[in-house]
Amino acid sequence: MIPLLRGVGASISSTSRRIWSLYYDGFRSMTVGKTLWAIILVKLFLFFVVIKLLFFPNILKRDFDSDEDRANHVRQELLENHRKTPPL
Amino acid sequence: MDDLMTVVDWSRWQFALTAIYHWLFVPLTLGLSLIVAVMESLYLKTKSEKWLAATKFWMTLFGINFAIGVATGLILEFEFGTNWSNYSWFVGDIFGAPLAIEGLVAFFMEATFVAVMFFGWGKVSPKFHLASTWLTWLGASISALWILVANAWMQYPVGMEFDPAQMRNVMDNFWALFSGIAINKYFHAVCSGWALSGVFVIGVSCWLLYKKRNEAFALRSIKVGGWIGLIGLLLTMWTGDGSAVEVTKHQPMKLAAMEGLYKGSTAQSIVAAGLVNPDKRWDNNEDEYLFAIEVPYGLSILAKHDPNAFVPGIADIINGIDVNEMGDTVNTVSYAERIRLGKLSHEALRAYDIARANHDAAAMEKAENDLRQYYPYFGYGYFNSVDEAIPPVAVTFYSFRVMVVLGSYFLLFFIVALFAAYRKDWLQRINWLQWVAIVSVPLMWICSEAGWMVAEVGRQPWTVQDLLPTKAAISEISSASVITTFWLFAVIFTVLLVAEVSIMLRQIDKKSQKNLEIDNAH
Repeated sequence: MIPLLRGVGASISSTSRRIWSLYYDGFRSMTVGKTLWAIILVKLFLFFVVIKLLFFPNILKRDFDSDEDRANHVRQELLENHRKTPPL
Repeated sequence: MDDLMTVVDWSRWQFALTAIYHWLFVPLTLGLSLIVAVMESLYLKTKSEKWLAATKFWMTLFGINFAIGVATGLILEFEFGTNWSNYSWFVGDIFGAPLAIEGLVAFFMEATFVAVMFFGWGKVSPKFHLASTWLTWLGASISALWILVANAWMQYPVGMEFDPAQMRNVMDNFWALFSGIAINKYFHAVCSGWALSGVFVIGVSCWLLYKKRNEAFALRSIKVGGWIGLIGLLLTMWTGDGSAVEVTKHQPMKLAAMEGLYKGSTAQSIVAAGLVNPDKRWDNNEDEYLFAIEVPYGLSILAKHDPNAFVPGIADIINGIDVNEMGDTVNTVSYAERIRLGKLSHEALRAYDIARANHDAAAMEKAENDLRQYYPYFGYGYFNSVDEAIPPVAVTFYSFRVMVVLGSYFLLFFIVALFAAYRKDWLQRINWLQWVAIVSVPLMWICSEAGWMVAEVGRQPWTVQDLLPTKAAISEISSASVITTFWLFAVIFTVLLVAEVSIMLRQIDKKSQKNLEIDNAH
C-alpha cells in the first residue's frame, strides 16, 4: 500500500513539476509575448482597479444590504418612477 | 434632474462602443483558432515543416489578437451593474446563468489550452499539442455559445416566469434558452468569424505576395483560409436565412424596420438598394423610399420561405393587422391595446404589492392571476404613444444592406481568391487582385459589425423584447458620469486598438522576412 501511495505521490509531483516548467519556461522564452503581457496587465489594472472601482460600482450591491431591499428599489424604479412609467 | 433620455442615449452609446470594440477581436479569435488547428493537423498528417511554419506564423497573430482582446467583454458586465441595474435585477436569474458558465468555461479552457498551445512546443507530445489547439478553438466557440444564448433570450424571452415578490424573472426551463433564435444566432455569429478570419488570412497573405516574400507559404495560407472562409460564409448565409424566419415570427417589427416597410402585402418585394424617406411616419401617406430597386417576392421568400406570403409592415403591426396562410385578413393585438394591457399589468403588480403588505392572500392571488394574464405586454406599459415602440428605421435599414451587400461581395471574393490560388502564378502576377484582398480586410469587419447593428438597433426600444424597454432598464445615474466614462473608454479602446494593429503589422513584417518555405518532407 505504502509503495503504491509513494508511486502516486511521485507521479503527482512529477506532473506538477512539468506543468510548472511549461509555464515558467514559456513565460521566460517569450519575445513578443512580453509586450503583450505588459499590455494585458496594464489593461487589467485599468479595468478592475480604475474603471470598476472608481466608475462602475454595482449600484444594487453597493446601496442595498439585502435582496429584499434591492427588489423594493427596482419595484420603485419600475412602477413608481414617473419619468419611466407614465400614468394610466 | 437629468433628462432621462440623455442618460439612456449616452448609456446606449457607451454600451455600443464597448460591444463594437469587443467584437473587433472575438470573430478573429473564433476563426483564426480554427485555421491554426487545421494547419497544425496538416502538419501532423504530412510531417512537413512548411505546415509547422504556417501554424506558428498564424498562431502568433492569433496570440496578439487574443491578448489585446481578452477581458474587453468584462466592461460590458460592469455596465450592466452600473448603467443598467434595473435590467440586471429584472433578468438576473436568466442572464446570470449563461454568463457564469461562460466565465468558468472561458477561464479554465483558455488558461489551460492556450498555454499549452503557445508554450507546449517540444514539451508535450505532438498529438497532445494538437488536441490543445483544437480545444482552444472549441473553448472559444463554447464561450461564445453562452453569450449568444443570453443575447438571444433578450430578443425572445422564454423559459422563465416573473416572480412579483422578487421583482425578477426566474428560470423555469433552462433548455428553452436554446430557442430557434439562439441556435441561428450562435451559428450565424460563429461562422461569420470563420469568414472574417478567412478574409484576414487572404489579405495578409496577399500583402506577402505583394512584397514578394514567402510566396509558396502565402498561397498555402490562402487555400486554407479561403476554404474555411468560404464554408464559414455559406453557413453564415444559411443561418442568416434561418434568423430572418425566426425574426419574422418573434420580432416582426425588427424585420419591418430592416426593410423600411410600413405597409406590407402578399408577394412582398425586397429592396435591393434604396434610400428611406426620412419624412415617412407610420401614420402619414409619404412614400416609404426616396428611390428603391426592388426584387419581386424577395421579402416574402426571406421571411416565410413562401413567395406569396404576407409580410406585415410597421403600420400593419401597430394597427394589429396580419394575413393568415389562407389569405384572410386577421386581427392581432394592436400597439394601442398592448400599451393598455401593459399598464394593466403594472396596476396588477401594484395591487399585488398592496395585498402582500396587507397579508391578503385572496387579493394577492387575484392580482397574481391578472399579472400573469397581462405580463406578456408588461413593457408596453412604459410607453406614452405607439411611436415609442418603433425602432430607428434608417439605421436598421442601411446596416442590413451594408451587411448583405458586403456578405455577397465576400462570397465572390472567396470564389475568386480560391480560383486564383489554384491557377499557376495568378495571385503572384496580378497586383490589383492582391490590393483588392488587402483592402477587403477592414471591409469584412464593417460587414460583421453591421450585422450586430441590425440585431441590436433593430430590436429597440427593448432591452428584453416586450417586457423591458431601455428607458425602464436604466439606473438612476447622472448623465455626466456616463459621458465621462464614454470618453474614457473611447481613449482606452483607441490606444489598445492602435497597439494591436501596430504590434500585428510589426510581427507580420518581421516574421515574413524569415524564410517560411522550409520543407523537410522530402
